[in-house]
Amino acid sequence: MIIHHPLLGPCDAQEFTYMGDARLIDRPDGMAEGSDAAFHDYAYLRENPAGEHRELWFHEQGDRSWLVVTRNTLTHEITQVELARDVARKQGRSR
Amino acid sequence: MRLRTGGQIDRSTQISFRFDNRWYKGHPGDTLASALLANGVRLMGRSFKYHRPRGPLTAGSDEPNALVELRSGGRQEPNTRATVIELFDGLRAQPQNAWPSLSFDALAINDRLSPVLTAGFYYKTFMWPAAFWEKLYEPIIRRAAGLGSITTKPDPDAYDKGFLHCDLLIIGAGPSGLMAALTAGRAGARVILADEDFRMGGRLNAETFAISDRAGSDWAAQTLAELATLPNLRLMPRTTVFGAFDHGIYGAVERVSDHLPTPPMGKPRQTLWRIYTKRTLLCAGALERPIAFAKNDRPGIMTASALRAYVNRWAAAPADTAAVFTNNDDGHRTAADLIAKGVKVAALIDTRPDAPTIAGTELLAGAQVIDTSGRLGLTGITVKLANGETRKIKTGALGVSGGWNPTVALTCHQRGRPAWDDSIAAFTPAGDLPPGMTVAGAAEGQFSTHAALAGGAAKAAQALDDLGITARTPDLPQAEDAPTKITPFWHVKGDKRAWLDFQNDVTVKDVKLAHQEGFRAVEHLKRYTTLGMATDQGKTSNMGGLAVMAELTGATIAQTGTTMFRPPYTPVAMGALAGRSTGPDFRPTRLTPSHHWAKEQGAEFVEVGMWLRAQWFPRPGEKTWRDTVDREVRATRASVGVCDVTTLGKIDVQGRDAAAFLNRIYCNGFAKLAVGRVRYGLMLREDGIAFDDGTAARLAEDHFVVTTTTANAVAVYRHMEFARQCLWPDMDVQLISTTEAWAQYAIAGPNARKLLQKLVDPAFDISNDAFPFMACAELTICNGCPARLFRISFSGELAYELAVPTRYGDALIRRIMAEGTEFGVTPYGTEALGVMRIEKGHAAGNELNGQTTALNLGMGRMVSDKKDSIGAVLSRREGLNTPDALKLVGLRPKDPQTRIPAGAHLLETGTRTIAAHDLGYVTSACYSPTLDSYIALGFLKAGDTRMGQTLRAASPLTGEDVPIEVTSPHFVDPEGERLRA
Repeated sequence: MIIHHPLLGPCDAQEFTYMGDARLIDRPDGMAEGSDAAFHDYAYLRENPAGEHRELWFHEQGDRSWLVVTRNTLTHEITQVELARDVARKQGRSR
Repeated sequence: MRLRTGGQIDRSTQISFRFDNRWYKGHPGDTLASALLANGVRLMGRSFKYHRPRGPLTAGSDEPNALVELRSGGRQEPNTRATVIELFDGLRAQPQNAWPSLSFDALAINDRLSPVLTAGFYYKTFMWPAAFWEKLYEPIIRRAAGLGSITTKPDPDAYDKGFLHCDLLIIGAGPSGLMAALTAGRAGARVILADEDFRMGGRLNAETFAISDRAGSDWAAQTLAELATLPNLRLMPRTTVFGAFDHGIYGAVERVSDHLPTPPMGKPRQTLWRIYTKRTLLCAGALERPIAFAKNDRPGIMTASALRAYVNRWAAAPADTAAVFTNNDDGHRTAADLIAKGVKVAALIDTRPDAPTIAGTELLAGAQVIDTSGRLGLTGITVKLANGETRKIKTGALGVSGGWNPTVALTCHQRGRPAWDDSIAAFTPAGDLPPGMTVAGAAEGQFSTHAALAGGAAKAAQALDDLGITARTPDLPQAEDAPTKITPFWHVKGDKRAWLDFQNDVTVKDVKLAHQEGFRAVEHLKRYTTLGMATDQGKTSNMGGLAVMAELTGATIAQTGTTMFRPPYTPVAMGALAGRSTGPDFRPTRLTPSHHWAKEQGAEFVEVGMWLRAQWFPRPGEKTWRDTVDREVRATRASVGVCDVTTLGKIDVQGRDAAAFLNRIYCNGFAKLAVGRVRYGLMLREDGIAFDDGTAARLAEDHFVVTTTTANAVAVYRHMEFARQCLWPDMDVQLISTTEAWAQYAIAGPNARKLLQKLVDPAFDISNDAFPFMACAELTICNGCPARLFRISFSGELAYELAVPTRYGDALIRRIMAEGTEFGVTPYGTEALGVMRIEKGHAAGNELNGQTTALNLGMGRMVSDKKDSIGAVLSRREGLNTPDALKLVGLRPKDPQTRIPAGAHLLETGTRTIAAHDLGYVTSACYSPTLDSYIALGFLKAGDTRMGQTLRAASPLTGEDVPIEVTSPHFVDPEGERLRA
């Protein structure tokens, strides 16, 4: 597969390490009251869609960016690649 | 026999080769199969199941029968198709699947047993008793089955991997591929033209019809000559594109040196190419399929196009008399070509009552071949004429044509399914082609030469147009444009065995049996009968099998469908897939800065991850490694030792939020760590399990150096980058891995400071008061060399870790050894390092094993609940905090000289050794020279409440069962006085 890195252009998927569901960005607040249930879901529950999936890829043998790649798990078609940092910020994550 | 003239072989050169223990002669340009046929040899192998004598069925890579073992020794290659082996001087090949000899094979008895050995025989027969499987059935089946044998010797040749990029990949260099290459090449696009054959040109080399004013093969040669001059076009003969992968990536194997006795100096045997292309044009042609009839597997019976190819391209006739059996017009070409070459054609048998006539031989229209004779090779056929009479015809060769199948395999590698086309009675590419792929020529079902040329040019221009490259279509040369005339005919009805899959010995009867027993879907049919599951993947057999099934079920072929085509198109050698990644080059080897020095000292090395680390430093007179390790430990604890610890991961953490960031990465607090101080840190995974441990040294307000374990350096760095980019994207913190930038040595023992004081420049005070335990500093040593000093201890001794830029690493170890002579400084390896950390009770990889929590490790109270850190919440889960949770303990054998087996389980004395009584397990064990006793660390249920108890460490694997006493894990200096001295 080829991943179109937003900064570096087309890169072979072999340069990347795969982590899975991009929902791992949505880490709950550990100091919030009763966050156990939220952390359980965060640590153990994943979508496994047959179709479009947003997932995390790490450019380990490249610039060490974490990317959010939107990939169709049936066809391997990649429709969007974003810097995970931008995605995280868009989702309201900050410090 | 060799025809007197013709053929694309170099008759001026004669080369010798050996097959089945006999020497023969051939010419450059021959394949092993063509050369053998030229020498009058038709018998080349035995079939897989019935051990039937077999000769070549084809003249290409679709060959199911003529499989040989090529070469010998470490280069021996089984199941190699004689039809594609390019002949070279001195070639040696052996037949396979035959014993004692090819012409007399003992296991041919299977052929007599064929009424029993039908489809599903093994499933039905060897069902019970189950115990018979391993000892009786399997060994027998294994001995009887299988084709060639593999060598157990290492392959002496190199295999390479390479990467190529292009605008247009053209697969197949027949008329459509050549025309496409001409179109795209002249337009200036980056083009790759790949073909599996050593002589490009495809069927043009095997046919006699003209293109413009010259022979097709001459036109091919001339076109190739022009293509060779184009710098933007790469010709790749002997290259099989075997798979279409995602996003325009294709796998290809180039047989760089297979046509030579041994690879030339510096050349690989084969190269595995990964081709990245924007567009692909598949010009893979078509393969002729046989018709099934009684005893249709005798040597001398082959596809009509193969017979034609042997005569035209190689001037090799399997016999002086031949016959042709066909259901379509193309079979007539074979008869005509044979006649033109002076081979007598006894008859042309055409299943069609309205078949066109032919000059030079008798046409038997509406006739069928119903039987054949000849034990080791064809001698005659029996034909049932249109009027119902039978006639016997003497012939040594029979060309069979059941029509042509477009080579659609690559169009299906990404879920594509071909569609049935009644007009040519074949499947053609349809839908879900790999993105960017188009198809031209016979592969698309366009069987005439004109259509192939026109299609290649038009499709290439269209592909380039997609890319914004304008291509002018070259003038099309004149070529034959005969329509495809075929009346589908799959098998001659009868009681005798009629082969569909030659390699796996699947007959029409087997398909009938599968139908009778309910295995009617094509995928079931395939698996039940093994149709198409041999090394040829059913290139010549699948179509016939599913046509017979369609007939039986009353469905059309279109409704019946095909099985899935998957990569690789033809077998790929494991060596090519491995490339250079074999033996010690399987992965990179990382050397420590002191490696060369350690080698000079005679150190033994051990692989740790990719690193080679000194394991111990033997001295003369030491009989075992234990002698060496014991000495290294004693010397370190008595005076001073030095160990290369460069391999520990080092991550530089900088930024205004560096401390706040580490505070979230580690479960224990880091926010308030003072500048100039080091702290031990434990990282958890988000599920609360311990991940890694190490130290973080604060060199400045906004600058930390984090260390990781050697094994987890990569994973920890990845994890920290994830936290930085994905969880807290606005923190002001930057990370960089500096593992290889710094050479680092542990200097440990009561004299460590005295030794260091000789190295550190006098401007820096490293006295106990000025530089206490857990201090760190950037300073200079040896007159100005920049260095970092950390007062940390893994051994439990007064100890430091001294880091210098890697380029000074070798000089520093030599300097340490020189300056340390007066203290008897002793280098120690990973084994002594391990012994000392066990003596001190430090957890390492064996304890941080992916199943243990901070609580288990005795560090439960370190997990701060005053802050949010990764893993903290889930580490507090009830299930991980039960009163009987495992706790890290020390273990001492009742008899100090009895070893505690690592991995042993801990049980109460007097209980049975069963899982229900399990109390925990031993993680690390060693002999402690400091205590003169074996010791161990382990996890024990409620271990902190069991101090002083006597248990046993039992290892059912080794049969050891050792009484032990539970102790604190800190065997040496539990108060930590030494490291603060």
